[in-house]
Amino acid sequence: MGKKIAVLAVQGAFIEHERALAKLGCECIELRQGPDVEQPYDALVLPGGESTAQAKMLRELGMLDTLKSRVVAGLPVLGTCAGLILLAQNVEEGVPAAGDPNGPVAAGATAPGAIGTLPVTVRRNAYGRQLGSFRTIAPCVGLPGVPDGETADIPMTFIRAPFIKEAHEGAEVLARVDDRIVAVRSGNQLGVSFHPELDDDLRIHELLVSLI
Amino acid sequence: MTEPQTAEERVALNRQLAQMLKGGVIMDVTTPEQAHIAEQAGACAVMALERIPADIRAAGGVSRMSDPKMIKGIQEAVSIPVMAKCRIGHFVEAQVLQAIDIDYIDESEVLSPADDTYHIDKTQFNVPFVCGARDLGEALRRIAEGATMIRTKGEPGTGDVVQAVRHMRMMNAEIRRIQNLRADELFEAAKQLQVPVELVKYVHENGKLPVVNFAAGGVATPADAALMMQLGAEGVFVGSGIFKSGNPEKRAQAIVKAVANYTDAKLIAELSEDLGEAMVGINESEIALLMAERGK
Repeated sequence: MGKKIAVLAVQGAFIEHERALAKLGCECIELRQGPDVEQPYDALVLPGGESTAQAKMLRELGMLDTLKSRVVAGLPVLGTCAGLILLAQNVEEGVPAAGDPNGPVAAGATAPGAIGTLPVTVRRNAYGRQLGSFRTIAPCVGLPGVPDGETADIPMTFIRAPFIKEAHEGAEVLARVDDRIVAVRSGNQLGVSFHPELDDDLRIHELLVSLI
Repeated sequence: MTEPQTAEERVALNRQLAQMLKGGVIMDVTTPEQAHIAEQAGACAVMALERIPADIRAAGGVSRMSDPKMIKGIQEAVSIPVMAKCRIGHFVEAQVLQAIDIDYIDESEVLSPADDTYHIDKTQFNVPFVCGARDLGEALRRIAEGATMIRTKGEPGTGDVVQAVRHMRMMNAEIRRIQNLRADELFEAAKQLQVPVELVKYVHENGKLPVVNFAAGGVATPADAALMMQLGAEGVFVGSGIFKSGNPEKRAQAIVKAVANYTDAKLIAELSEDLGEAMVGINESEIALLMAERGK
């Protein structure tokens, strides 16, 4: 019996997630407005895209409260890139155009993400603009089929990506790239700053399905 | 970042940024204030330019790349991707835009062409390019030159959607035709389209372009935007339609929501209420200058 996964489909790369989940035998439903989120589903995916546009639509098309309460109640959720920003308890605005990724951010620019349940501080646009986008392969822990304490290398595509500046209490770090945290898990919540839906490796999606 | 990128990896990353913009609305803005309004309305990116197409059309004369200082002002005002236009074939304007760390360059027929024969060799740049196309041949030629995103040309600055509709239908009809060919007929199709056969094979096998395809040109209402989405666009550029209208803020938000829910007529009806005056527009037949004819 395939699991039913809800994919937020208001803007961004949601079809790519649906294709990856279909390969794992999951059925996907698209969340576009209020009534959609009230149906039953086993897990939630918050895709990449523009987090400001997605957050606005979550609020104004009547989806936010239900999604937030389901995540709080333990619904397994995967947020990738913009989706990670929506999930984060604390979000810092990105660096200026020619900024230093490790430097201080613009004054006063921190706020909770729209859903705001994952105990991390995320920095938006942390690698700069599109010229800072990159792909790499890096070790990750906590994946299905990988023994405790051992790592598995997975491909990671970063597109105008955020990184996790700080994982707070209750958040386990799953992967780092250049000493920056790029994947965490807290209970049934997964947040990654890269795009597993753009590569053929399905293990991040398998991890989500394993939480159901 | 961690290791140097190959040209193939850069192309992939640039196509992937366009994938992140899908289902979204990219808005023309001329000031940081307009950029802020666009971002707050839910735009997935903004196009920074000194004059919107309707004003370029009205002013006449030669239209060029915008002042880099003006573009930087918009980059500082918003956190979403910032695009900017260079003239067709003007690779130095493109070099300048890459130097100021632009997120996407639009090699655009809206500006006066700098070269009436050659487009920019976009494979020589790390920064991504979007280009306009009226049909499959134009789209695949631009992709062969390195474009990582395509949009219909439409007829910019008119508020008349007829050309964008024509270009989207033409593109999709040609894609369907290629899909239905026998494999041994693809070489002749490539010859007719004047494009590399590898790209024709990709279309034959996948039934789509190898890059994201947006609608652009003449979109003025939520219904226009939803029309383009139902015709197969993966997202929408709105140029003059927003800031030439009576209530830009409300219209921008309505178009964003209509694109996210483009098959929900009831919602689009609600979104279309009380938007104030739409841009006046000019009909295609009244236009002296057809920008879509620039750059084939």
